[in-house]
Amino acid sequence: MSFIVDYYNYWIVVFLMMAGFYIVISATNLVKKVVGLNIFQTSVFMMYITMGKVSGGSAPIVAEGITSYSNPLPHVLILTAIVVGVATTAVGLALIVRIKRAYGTVEENEFEDKEDLI
Amino acid sequence: MILETISTILLLLGAFFGLTGAIGLFKFPDFFTRVHAASVTDSIAAILIISGLILRTDFDLVAAKLLFILIFLLLTSPTASHALAKSARHGGLLSLAETRANNQEASSTKEGNN
Amino acid sequence: MAEFIDLVLLGMLAITALGVIILKDLFAVVMLFGIYSFLSALIFVNLDAVDVAFTEAAVGAGISTVLMLGTLALTGRKEKVGSHTSWLPLVVVVITGGALIYGTLDMPAFGDPNNPIHQHVAPRYIEESPKEVGLPNMVTSVLASYRAFDTLGETAVVFAAAIGVLSLLGLPKPDRRAVESGLKSHLVLRVVAKLIIPLTILFALYVQFHGDYGPGGGFQAGVIAAAAVILYALVFGLPLATHVVQPTWLKVLAALGVLIYAGTGVASLFLGGSFLDYNVLASDPVAGQHIGIIVIELGVGITVFAAMLSIFYAFAGQAEGKNIQ
Repeated sequence: MSFIVDYYNYWIVVFLMMAGFYIVISATNLVKKVVGLNIFQTSVFMMYITMGKVSGGSAPIVAEGITSYSNPLPHVLILTAIVVGVATTAVGLALIVRIKRAYGTVEENEFEDKEDLI
Repeated sequence: MILETISTILLLLGAFFGLTGAIGLFKFPDFFTRVHAASVTDSIAAILIISGLILRTDFDLVAAKLLFILIFLLLTSPTASHALAKSARHGGLLSLAETRANNQEASSTKEGNN
Repeated sequence: MAEFIDLVLLGMLAITALGVIILKDLFAVVMLFGIYSFLSALIFVNLDAVDVAFTEAAVGAGISTVLMLGTLALTGRKEKVGSHTSWLPLVVVVITGGALIYGTLDMPAFGDPNNPIHQHVAPRYIEESPKEVGLPNMVTSVLASYRAFDTLGETAVVFAAAIGVLSLLGLPKPDRRAVESGLKSHLVLRVVAKLIIPLTILFALYVQFHGDYGPGGGFQAGVIAAAAVILYALVFGLPLATHVVQPTWLKVLAALGVLIYAGTGVASLFLGGSFLDYNVLASDPVAGQHIGIIVIELGVGITVFAAMLSIFYAFAGQAEGKNIQ
């Protein structure tokens, strides 16, 4: 039982990562691919934060009477990663809007053989 | 001690209303009734849960922050339900009673023509 | 008991991800993605990562969902049923998943204080940062002082993303004639928006300057302030919003934020320290750290606000052009 509690977080993270990966490689619609990429990114964040947690610790804000804190370093790395992720998503979605304007469709198997309409 | 029991009762009641709101979201037949079920969760469950939490604090800054959160939720959640129902109406969605009245009219005029 | 909440929330997250795979209606997929972000924020709070939860809720469930909905308004709601085989991706995914699960069996147990990750750099930050930097929020002191160079890179990435979106889509031209358009008949929305928008901007300022003492900081504040103006644009119409917060000012503000951040680093170079060394900014090193952190968080907040808002203006300007409401 303690074996499952020790590793349950990591297995769910792997499941979410594979779900996001599956959406990215098998969806034909480009917007759905971007959603799958975001699911993949968020599962990676979950893994880092899970590694940083200390049982019985508290949030890494100095307060009186608290002796054990969770590790603040993964939190810093993931803060940066979240913002970079949204920046990437914004540029990706802008590219999708331009693709729609150029080819008239955002389904992957429809615009591979179309001429460039711009 | 008595504050703890009252807050436990409030929290359990709030959880119960949240659960009934979620069940109603599945069971109700029509869009507008489902919006009503969802807004039950937003209003009464939020009030009960946050009051239960306020009773558990020492009535300091944390209680004031919880009160602000409650006011903000009570301002925004009913507005969201209103916006949802209004845009559905604007898009032409009919309620269940109106759809049934339309179907009855259509079938009776068909029988009248036949 | 805390583990039980963790288990239930992670299970709900897995079900949401399955829903995203199965559904074909893209509007529902984007809404499920917003729910996924909120559930992740809850799990982060449960894992003691309060700053990360704040950022994930604001950025993932706020800005990302709004941008995806804006894209859907331009590209269409339904996904076409795929015609090619779908068993090959499934096989690849199962094999990769199996290999990763085999790898996680070597990981140290969840929550153990003796894990390698807690042994080397982290105890130094936890013990020394109250003395060297003097701020209660250790995440802010690591983000803005010990690892300030990475945060400069992150601000530059946000700025570059804004430049990228603007060069792809372009900003809407401020339109003097159409300033009175908007949702005139939606009285409830207009009144509630007028109540909420000033409070939201006030809250954004609170989060910006309170990030030293509690969860918060420049990124969250910039995103919340941008969300307030986005709400204004959604309720009162884009022409009125571009009249109030003009797009040319946003371009200036985005560059100004990065300039403030890098300028602080250069100022500390001129005062005799290394790049981004705040100890030399005042006579007392701890006071210098406080000054440095407040100034750079301000720079970060300004850039994030201007970048997120100009990205929204770019998307909304496209929708206005195609006459979609």
